[in-house]
Parts: sequence; structure tokens; C-alpha cells
Amino acid sequence: MSDTRPTVLSMKDVTLAFGPKVIQKNITLDVKKGSIFAVMGGSGCGKSTLLKSMIGLLRPTAGEYLVDGDRYWDGSEAERTELNHRFGVLFQSGALWSSMTIGENVALPLQMFTDLKPDVIRRLVELKLGFVGMLQAIDLQPSEISGGMRKRAGLARAIALDPDVLFFDEPSAGLDPITSARLDDLILNLRDGLGATIVIVSHELSSLFHIADDGIFLDAKTKIPIAHGSPRDLRDHCDEPQVHAFMHRERDEEGRN
Amino acid sequence: MARTGNIPSFPGNGLDSAPAGSTLAFDTRATTRWDTGLIAFLWDVKRVGHDRHITLDTQSLPAPMRQLLDLLPDVPADKPAPRKKRLPFLETIGTHTLDGLTEIGTVAGLGAMTVKGGFLALTGRSRMRFVDLLTDTTNAGPYALLIVGIVNFLVGAILAFVGAVELQKFAAGIYVASLVGIAMVREMAAVMTAIIMAGRTGGSYAARISTMQGNEEIDALNVFGIPTSTYLILPAVLSLVITMPFLYLYGCLVGMLGGFVVAISMLDITAAGYFHQTVTSFGIGQFIFAFIKSIVFGAFIGLTSCRIGLKAGRSAADVGIAATRAVVVGIVGVIAIDAIFAVIADVVGI
Repeated sequence: MSDTRPTVLSMKDVTLAFGPKVIQKNITLDVKKGSIFAVMGGSGCGKSTLLKSMIGLLRPTAGEYLVDGDRYWDGSEAERTELNHRFGVLFQSGALWSSMTIGENVALPLQMFTDLKPDVIRRLVELKLGFVGMLQAIDLQPSEISGGMRKRAGLARAIALDPDVLFFDEPSAGLDPITSARLDDLILNLRDGLGATIVIVSHELSSLFHIADDGIFLDAKTKIPIAHGSPRDLRDHCDEPQVHAFMHRERDEEGRN
Repeated sequence: MARTGNIPSFPGNGLDSAPAGSTLAFDTRATTRWDTGLIAFLWDVKRVGHDRHITLDTQSLPAPMRQLLDLLPDVPADKPAPRKKRLPFLETIGTHTLDGLTEIGTVAGLGAMTVKGGFLALTGRSRMRFVDLLTDTTNAGPYALLIVGIVNFLVGAILAFVGAVELQKFAAGIYVASLVGIAMVREMAAVMTAIIMAGRTGGSYAARISTMQGNEEIDALNVFGIPTSTYLILPAVLSLVITMPFLYLYGCLVGMLGGFVVAISMLDITAAGYFHQTVTSFGIGQFIFAFIKSIVFGAFIGLTSCRIGLKAGRSAADVGIAATRAVVVGIVGVIAIDAIFAVIADVVGI
């Protein structure tokens, strides 16, 4: 492993817990600039929780989390908000603000955090919606569009501020294979085009093999990460039975009850 | 580019000097840092070029720019036609009238279904869950005692204050007891309690049901064939129908207590005198009449708030609108029904 790219996000011995209930411990990871980093694992292993702590919604109970070398959780709330402006997040069901049109959803971060004039914002909104192929839906309400379109609109909102790091929570959940494959291509295009780093939580194997080049595998039973590496490497070279079963869609014989 | 606050737009005639069919290449050697503002500009160029049949040599762009630009369409998307057309005046009136009539029909139908569900519940053949009824009744009853008590106590006290000042002038201070007694029993206790319940419980029912609507929970009920009338509306309406009369009784008592406290402290009246004057001031007929009135208020608030919740849209803002509308319709409706009852009382001579 001689990855010379600079590290954007890094966790050292992080423990995540809700009160006394530990979700995951000993999480150590490095996300390199420009990589697509996959957070993998079975249901209920804490993938989404890890993502939550990365975007500042859940403070780890132990360990440290560095964003570009800065200790994220040591800063004040204002500093964290500043760092969060470099993040774009696509939530599982899009999480579009339901009282605004699609265009207004994408425009809101630009209105709140830049001094751009309304016509410039309008052009940028059209541009971001154009990237995801949603230009025709700019004046529609979130309730009027399908689940896949809601995801793409959420993606347009996530890239509204030209983020350095993009987080995806189950981007292909609930999408048909064709839409999901298109979304994967879109993610790759945006990564290359925007030069962004991407962290993706998923258990959609085909999509993981297609796009991710690094990753971490969380185990639900032992509550620690049991493997590091790209999904393809883990599929071909990992001996850990849990990981093997996950990557090859095997039934977990003993772990069923 | 975008961070500096402006993206220059590319003029529509910017490529007029170039002949159709020619190729436009870019020189980006001097570009070191850029953001998507640049792509917005290039997109303009691409669209103008498309109109003029000029090919863009995207190979001359750095790979990331090319990749982003390739995602964008050449032509502006067809905007869907604006949906809302202004209707002529008469059509508007007609539409509103039909909507109003439909709404009355729907609420009446809902009421009929609920009454039917109620009879089935009485004979033990309904599938209403008594746990729901118990929860709703607890929320609408015991939990509302404090606020209903405070408001009715203050109303009674205010009536006594106002009455005492005037009646004292005629040395008729004892009639404060009659004033408070009649006012509370005939109108104030029932109306004030209903207004509180419309704001408190009606609003919460509307919000709850419209949130369920947004989560597709209502759809799930319908698919299973669980009738919303017995599962959702019946417990909500029954809870108010059960608790409102009791809250009315309680409101009467607390209101009279409020009047008593003020009268005793302001006027030269004995406690026994006040009590005696109160009891003789109103007849049992008035009491029963208001008792029935409070039941009607309860049914009205329960039905309209559930109906408004069921009718609501699916967004977060719609939940707020539904809750507001339930409260407004509840309060206005209660006062309107009270006026009807006043006329009826006059006719039958109570």
C-alpha cells in the first residue's frame, strides 16, 4: 500500500456509542484525497452511525477525528460549521426540504453561505441540476418526483457549494439496477470533475465493486472494523469469514439466530 | 470565479462572427484554480454554439472540465407548462361551491361511518383497539384538567369582578353568584372548554394524522383494509365525546369557585349565601342543555380535526397547515354551533 495521496479524513481509535451502548470501537481509517471510500458491513453494524460522526452529527466517545489534519471535534461549533461547508451529504432518502421546490432546495445553501446575486445563484442551480440531469424538475415539489429523482436532486443539493468531500448514505438503496448504475457513473464523473473525495455507505455489492477504491468493513457482532481495503481486494483476498460471506453473498450459517 | 460573486454570461451573439460548422477550441493554460462557476460559463458557450451549429472542441479542455461539461445538455430543458390557469369568475364560484358541498358530504359520510363504528363498538363487533381509545381519552381528559381548570377559574373570577363593580352600586352584590352561575352553566364553561380542546387536542389529532399521511401510514392502513374511520377517527372522536361533558362539569365547578373567591373577597357576602344564590340561579334544564352542547362540540372538534388531517398534503409544511386549520375551524365552528344552540334554546324556551 503505497498511496501517496494526501489524507483528507482520518480517524484514530474512535469509539462510537449511544449512551452506554457501544456501536463500534477501535475505528482507525484514512480517507485519501480523490478516493472513493466505502463503509461496508451487514445491517445494524453501525455504518450510518460512522457516517453521522464523520459529518458532525454524533460526537465520538473516544479517539480522534482529523479533517485535513485539524481535530474536528476540538473546534468550536462555529469552526465545525465552517469545516462542514466543505462537506456535501446525500441522505438516504434525499432529505429534500419538502416545502420548497427542487430549485429552491439547491439554492438555499448558496443563498445562506455565499454573497452571490440571485441571477448567479439561478445559473449555478441550473448547472448543478444539469449535472444530475434534473433540469426539467427545477420548479417541481419534492413530493411530485420519484425516489430516484429525489436522490439525484439530493445529489445536486449536496454539490451546491462545490464540496471537497461528498458523503453518500446508501445511494442506490431503493433504486432499480439501471438507475443505480447511472447514479454510480454520475458519482464517478462528479468525483473526477469536481476533484472531490467521496465516502460512501453501501451494501450494494455491484456498485461497490464498480466505484469504490478503498474502504473499511465493520462487523456487527464484535463491534470492531475487521478489514480495510477496496471492495475488490476484500472480495478476492480477504480470509475473514464474515467479509467473505458478505462479498460472495453467502448465507451466514451460524450467525442466523 | 463563482466565489468572487459573479459569473459573466456569454452573450447570445458572441459567436456570430464565426461561420456555422466551424470548431471552437479553448486555451486553458492560464487557468490554475477554478470552480463550477467556470462550467456555468462554458455551458453558456456550449448552448450558444449549439444554436449556431458550432462544434466545441472539448478535447482542448482539461479532463475534469470536459467530464462535467459533457454531463450537461445542449439545449435548455422544456419547462413544463404552468399548471394553474386563472379561471373565469363564474367558474371560480362554481368550483368553490362544489368543493364546499363535497366537503360537507365527506365530513357527513365520515361522521356516519364513525357513528356506525361506534354502534359496532358498543355491541363488541368493532375492530377498534381499546388501547387507542384509552390513550386518546387520557390525553384529552386527565391531561387537560390543569389548563381547563385554570381558564375556567379565571373566566369565573373575571365575570365576578365585572359583575361586582356594577351590582354593588345597586346593593345587589349577592347577584354576582347568579351571574357567574348562569354564565358558566349556560355558555362559558362549555365554550371555553371546547375552545381549549380545539386548540389542544384538535390540533394534535390533525398533526398526527397528517404526519401519518406523509409517512404513507394511511396508505398502509387502506391496503390492509383497516378502515381509517374505526381505527383512527373513532377513538379520536369518542375520546372527545367522552371527556368533553366531564370537562364541562369540571369547568362549571371551577368557574363558580373562581367567582366565589372574588365575590367573597370583594363583597360583603357569606359563603353560605353565595352557595345558596348559585344553586337557585339556574334550572336543571339549562344544565342538561349545555351538557348536550358540550357533547356536540366534542364530536365536531374530533371529526373536523381528523378530516383536516386526512385531507392534508404530504410535506412538513402541510402538517403545520393542517394543525393550524384544525384549530381555526374548531374554534370558529364551536362558536357558530353555540350560536345555533342559543337560537334553539330561545325557541324551546330553556
